[in-house]
Amino acid sequence: MSANNVKKSISNGDNYKYGFVTNVESDEFPKGLDEDVVRRISAVKQEPEFLLEYRLRAFKHWQTLVEPTWAHVHYKPIDFKDIRYYSAPKKKKVLNSLDEVDQEVLDTFTKLGIPLQEQKRLSGVAVDAVFDSVSVGTTHKEELAKVGVIFCSFSEAVKDHPELVKKYLGTVVPYKDNFYAALNAAVFSDGSFVYIPKGVKCPLDLSTYFRINAAETGQFERTLIIADEGSQVCYLEGCTAPMRDENQLHAAVVELIAHRDAEIKYSTVQNWYAGDKDGKGGIYNFVTKRGICKEANSKISWTQVETGSAITWKYPSVILLGDNSVGEFYSVALTNNKMQADTGTKMIHIGKNTTSKIISKGISADESVNSYRGQVKIMPSATNARNYSQCDSMLVGDRCSANTFPYIEAKNNTATIEHEATTSKINAEQIFYLKSRGIDEEGAISLLLNGFCKEVFKELPLEFSVEAVKLLEMKLENSVG
Amino acid sequence: MLQIKNLHASIDGTEILKGLNLEVKEGEIHAIMGPNGSGKSTLSKVIAGHPDYEVTSGTVDYEINFKMKNVLDMEVDERAREGLFLAFQYPVEVPGVSNSEFLRASYNAICTHQGAEEMDVLDFDDYLQEKVKFLNMEPNFIGRQLNVDFSGGEKKRNEILQMAVLNPRMSILDETDSGLDVDSLKAVSEGVNKLRTKDNAIVMITHYQRLLSYIVPDYVHVLNNGKIVKTGDKSLALEIEKRGYDWILN
Repeated sequence: MSANNVKKSISNGDNYKYGFVTNVESDEFPKGLDEDVVRRISAVKQEPEFLLEYRLRAFKHWQTLVEPTWAHVHYKPIDFKDIRYYSAPKKKKVLNSLDEVDQEVLDTFTKLGIPLQEQKRLSGVAVDAVFDSVSVGTTHKEELAKVGVIFCSFSEAVKDHPELVKKYLGTVVPYKDNFYAALNAAVFSDGSFVYIPKGVKCPLDLSTYFRINAAETGQFERTLIIADEGSQVCYLEGCTAPMRDENQLHAAVVELIAHRDAEIKYSTVQNWYAGDKDGKGGIYNFVTKRGICKEANSKISWTQVETGSAITWKYPSVILLGDNSVGEFYSVALTNNKMQADTGTKMIHIGKNTTSKIISKGISADESVNSYRGQVKIMPSATNARNYSQCDSMLVGDRCSANTFPYIEAKNNTATIEHEATTSKINAEQIFYLKSRGIDEEGAISLLLNGFCKEVFKELPLEFSVEAVKLLEMKLENSVG
Repeated sequence: MLQIKNLHASIDGTEILKGLNLEVKEGEIHAIMGPNGSGKSTLSKVIAGHPDYEVTSGTVDYEINFKMKNVLDMEVDERAREGLFLAFQYPVEVPGVSNSEFLRASYNAICTHQGAEEMDVLDFDDYLQEKVKFLNMEPNFIGRQLNVDFSGGEKKRNEILQMAVLNPRMSILDETDSGLDVDSLKAVSEGVNKLRTKDNAIVMITHYQRLLSYIVPDYVHVLNNGKIVKTGDKSLALEIEKRGYDWILN
């Protein structure tokens, strides 16, 4: 065994550096889900009547649904009564500023590389930090307010801008959309809210950092981003959770609305705890993300780097309603150990001259299962619609699997649709070749991964793309060679 | 510079090299010839450190900082950083990685190891263009993905480009002539000849004599059944061309 391999064996196992737990006193609901729990969440948050009604309608509908089983993932049925639906760090008093947030919580975010306090803030990025069920603080608020940008927690938006919430909530992902969307609509506790007024190019990148801390608690956040006419925004999202032996449920809903000439770029680096190498524990990431290009010339672009979660079930989609609108989906999904991912996108072309582009890169290692599932739908009204899809899979080792499930439906014969798919393997010969030119093993793997994911990484903001590469390298450290 | 003593190596339990000895000095060119299955490619892979081969006994000593060191104790990439270079018989395709970024990573890994400064993208690009010109290659070579959709001849020429860029002290060319048409063979040979200095050494592994009329060796060795059975000068290669191997082996 070489020196290199020895080093790796020592660091082998669960090298998930975000796996710690913060000891913080929490206000929690007991486990369980019924109408009363839904009412209590709404009451705790002092919500207006319309929202409570919305929740109750969603809950009622949810009770009529069964979990979807069409995804290429396998797990024991979830007992939805055995989950806690609300947990928040206990507040000692009403907070006036971020500086009054519990030190433990602040430290947690600092440890995660997301400093929230004024003097240490990330320059050029405004951050909303969500800890379990609630947002603990948003940075750079005043600066954004100057140009009329609203960036706050969902709860604050409900209090301060109820008319916007009422106007847009559930318009892109109705609670009737699917099982988890209905559940989220009933019990969501917080999330982020963004409104970019007409003609404003958001001066900062906006970012939300989601952290699950409490045990046996589900995280159900809701994000709503509205880009009014001619506006632009770049939004980033990151997620981590402690290492625990039990599975935890994360069922978020994200809705994006782009008005005429507006542009939304949404990037995610998802690194929820994925369970240990035997598949014990980890987050079930069952998320509904969808945007609508509501009017002409608007653009929505999703970029995701999915490296965590025991199970991922996620299809960030775009409804291309406005003429000439553009939808994009760039994805790198990495699975290792016993992770399962079923992820992809939906592009629904309704307007004329709408275009969509799908670039999906799946990397599977160890005994993981990685599936791309994508739908391209050209409606009769979508004259001259164009789609280009490219789905590449890379296998590391011979116990993993990769699947591609493309669904293409064209109801207008002026459509142009291209689909390409490839499967390749990181193999020992490539590593040997690169090493024989003086590049060490980590460098070789990094070159190979970078090469494979290049088209997606170039869509990420620079510091995110550097992080993303490191994350992939760390995850694959023990799988290649 | 390189001294191989009593080298035994096997793959999947089958012994291929059975006590091979070879000595190469600075400025020399050696040719290793031999029939199919004699162990030629195994020798090159063992020297480079391919993980599929197991060395059961013997040493491969290589001069590092004026001291002979057994490279069998070193990792593949360490050997390369000390100036050992293998031009592959079948260069590997690496999709998504451009020739230039690969070469820069490689060049800088070697620079760093030797205590020199890394070259930035712009300087390296100039350096690379210079080498491409030196070898009379197409400038677009360097922007292409590493060996992807290269013809057989292009792959072999790309190996020589790497040799030019990395400037190794000890190069092993494994069947660099196989699959080349006359023009490519000429181009590749010219490149190798240009890279030859009195301080470096080259071992060419080949099945045919024709390469040796372009790159003239100082020594020709015949490998059979895992051992060198005959050594001579370039006239030995010509004789093999005429008479085949049988007269030596029997």
